[in-house]
Amino acid sequence: MKRFLKPINVRELLRPLGQMIYFSLGSTVVLSTIVLVLALILDKTVVGAALYERMNVSLFTYTLTNLPQVTLDGLTIGFVYAAIALGYTMVYGVLEFINFAHSEIFATGAFVGVEILIALEKYGVLSHASLAMAYVYLILAIIAGMIAAGGLAVAVERVAYRPLRNASRLVPLISAIGVSFFLQDTIRLTESLTTGQFNRIIPSFGNFDHWVIFSRMTLGTAHLTIGMSVKSIIVIVSAVLMLIGLNYMVNATKVGKAIRAVAQDHPTASLMGIDVNRVISLTFLVGGMLGGAAGVLYALKFTRIDPFVGFFPGLKAFTAAVLGGIGNMTGALLGGIVLGMLETYAGAFMGVFTMGAAGTEYKDIFAFGILILVLIFRPQGLMGTNVAQKA
Amino acid sequence: MVTSFSQNILKRLDQGICPYILVLFHMTMGSLLVYLYPRSNLAFLVLITSFFSLYYFNTHRLFKLATGVILTLLIFPVVGVRNIFYLEVIFQISVFSALALGLNIVVGFAGLLDLGYVAFYAVGAYLWAFFGSQQYYILHYAPGTQPSGLPFLLPGDAFYLFIFVAILIAALTGILLGTPVLRLRGDYLAIVTLGFGEVIRVLANNLDKPLNFTNGPQGITPIQRPTMPHFAVDSFNALFSNIVGHRVSAADMYNVMFYFFALIVIVVIVFVTRRLDDSKIGRAWTAIREDETAAIAMGVPLVKMKLAAFAVGASFAGAMGVLLAGSRTFISPESFSFMQSIGVLSMVILGGSGSIPGVILGAATVTILNLQVLQGLSLYLSQLRQSDAVIPIIHFAWANLSTQLDPAKYQRMLFGLILVLMMIFRPAGLIPSKRRKRELSSEANVIEE
Repeated sequence: MKRFLKPINVRELLRPLGQMIYFSLGSTVVLSTIVLVLALILDKTVVGAALYERMNVSLFTYTLTNLPQVTLDGLTIGFVYAAIALGYTMVYGVLEFINFAHSEIFATGAFVGVEILIALEKYGVLSHASLAMAYVYLILAIIAGMIAAGGLAVAVERVAYRPLRNASRLVPLISAIGVSFFLQDTIRLTESLTTGQFNRIIPSFGNFDHWVIFSRMTLGTAHLTIGMSVKSIIVIVSAVLMLIGLNYMVNATKVGKAIRAVAQDHPTASLMGIDVNRVISLTFLVGGMLGGAAGVLYALKFTRIDPFVGFFPGLKAFTAAVLGGIGNMTGALLGGIVLGMLETYAGAFMGVFTMGAAGTEYKDIFAFGILILVLIFRPQGLMGTNVAQKA
Repeated sequence: MVTSFSQNILKRLDQGICPYILVLFHMTMGSLLVYLYPRSNLAFLVLITSFFSLYYFNTHRLFKLATGVILTLLIFPVVGVRNIFYLEVIFQISVFSALALGLNIVVGFAGLLDLGYVAFYAVGAYLWAFFGSQQYYILHYAPGTQPSGLPFLLPGDAFYLFIFVAILIAALTGILLGTPVLRLRGDYLAIVTLGFGEVIRVLANNLDKPLNFTNGPQGITPIQRPTMPHFAVDSFNALFSNIVGHRVSAADMYNVMFYFFALIVIVVIVFVTRRLDDSKIGRAWTAIREDETAAIAMGVPLVKMKLAAFAVGASFAGAMGVLLAGSRTFISPESFSFMQSIGVLSMVILGGSGSIPGVILGAATVTILNLQVLQGLSLYLSQLRQSDAVIPIIHFAWANLSTQLDPAKYQRMLFGLILVLMMIFRPAGLIPSKRRKRELSSEANVIEE
């Protein structure tokens, strides 16, 4: 009985929540200060003049009015990155290996979720669903995506990584790249055989496309509306819930203790009676489930998915994991939020600041610039400790 | 029992004059078959595989050299102009062999996993594409709005110069990229090079503004071809028009010429690679590959040696890039995607990283799978789709098969399968390098003892 009556560790529930709020606010403050200072400086130059001529608004006002919306968008995508980054970081923690196929596990989750919703819509269930049922269906899709992605992650580990565990570092990485490519085309093959097309669009149902307006204000001549679509709120809320759950699992349960033990030292962990292989499978399962859920959320937010949808989010999430300090879960959270914000800020303001020479199209490679900078100047990441290389 | 018996036979066949006869027989059979059935892929495969028997059987070095030269310089071009598709396959094989050999220096010798190798290829290609086309004069025009009748910036002769310029520029790019990132551990390096590859592709896609350097996603065309000596077409026709069956046009002759250029690059790479492998640098690379920490302890200048590997590998890719731009007269960012990098990597892994014959075999196999097998399947499927055939048992009409299902586009699956299967079952590749072989056999001895 004692086992079941174990008190819930409230501290471990609240700690990640506090961290998330802290990280979000911190990165918002830092980034918006930078952007506003830049805007003030550039306002008096030719850049500001060009914008004034085009849109009859000063650069500073333009930046200020766009800032809240951009911040909210950045947070949304940041939480998605954080959820994917946790998959990378957990696997890296226990195996010291980059699970390159994680981006396809994410894509699989997205496809399974979206296909279920499409099927539901085909049978007319979605269009007649009440609001509450719409949420139930969405949760169903997310759970299905999680199960599929988690199962796939475990299977991939069993087939393609476990036989290579004692090989040199690059061997499992190459295998992982192979798995990633193989899975991309497998998704494409399945989709084109079953549905005849591989670009899928999530059906619109429920109130997910509605906007929730937080506030309206007038700022000089500009009208400022701050709002968020319902789906963005769903993305953030579900990501927060999952991250809290994961944190609780890893830091406050026996299973989590086993995972942390394996991450520190395989032989010693197995001497303590931990089944290392099972823990590694479990890590892949949990990481894959998070990735799968992130996939469905991503599809909800961006509506269109294709078999290669995982590539860029995967790479960015990896960047986020490195940025925060790979192997460190809090770091992955921080990295995800910071990267999502940075990228959205860059996408929104770079075009204006450079007079259209470099705009949103460079958003995707922006992450790589950050990755390279982090690796040069702080290879252990923002929160990581400097670990000596294991031979 | 059976295996020992067949091994015995093979051993017998590999002694005395037997191997010479076998090789010559294979070669003449291949040539004859291709001559008689110019459209048969199978005949072409017999001819291509004669290289393999040349490599495998134990013959005199001079004989190997002479036969190899005859095959590559005489038989392949003649077969190629008879059926232009073969020439394309042969050309692609040689281009990818050169690329794979270049990547082999980085991955196979120095053990640095470079996932953005085609970035250097792109640097070379865009270099000649910019200087060898009208692009300079349309710097201020948006893509598609330029006036017609513009001159080319440089004459075709400059092509030959630009091969060397590209070698320098690509090596410089490699050093520039490598200096900050080569201190990283293997897996980080892989991701950063991947990122660099994507950066180059995105730049190529978007540098059509503010100044139109790359013409954006549409790519640059036309690009100058190098000048060809006048006597080339005439003398080729005089010698071979009887065998070929028709007079060879200048356009076909260009393809032959580019094939020869690619061969020259391959020969240079093989020469450089072998000399480097036996030198101090090569030993330093091996040391780094096997154990970085131990290499530092032995006084190997780590970053310098890694940079050298990066620069040498990159320079060959740059030269091949110029060749690609010249031969295709058109380039676009599409040709330099991440998938291409992985394709080249899978050639190296399939053949055996660090092994020159292995890598060439890998390049040939993957290219043939890509160009002949997958495309053949595509053709077959589209024929089935047009017929009214039905799959038995499940009663599925081929005509209902989705048109999206086009095996020629499933290269990722091919590359992925190669990488995973090779890593699990034969990590040293089809033809392991000699050093690896020694390591493996010594390990086996230890176990037996």
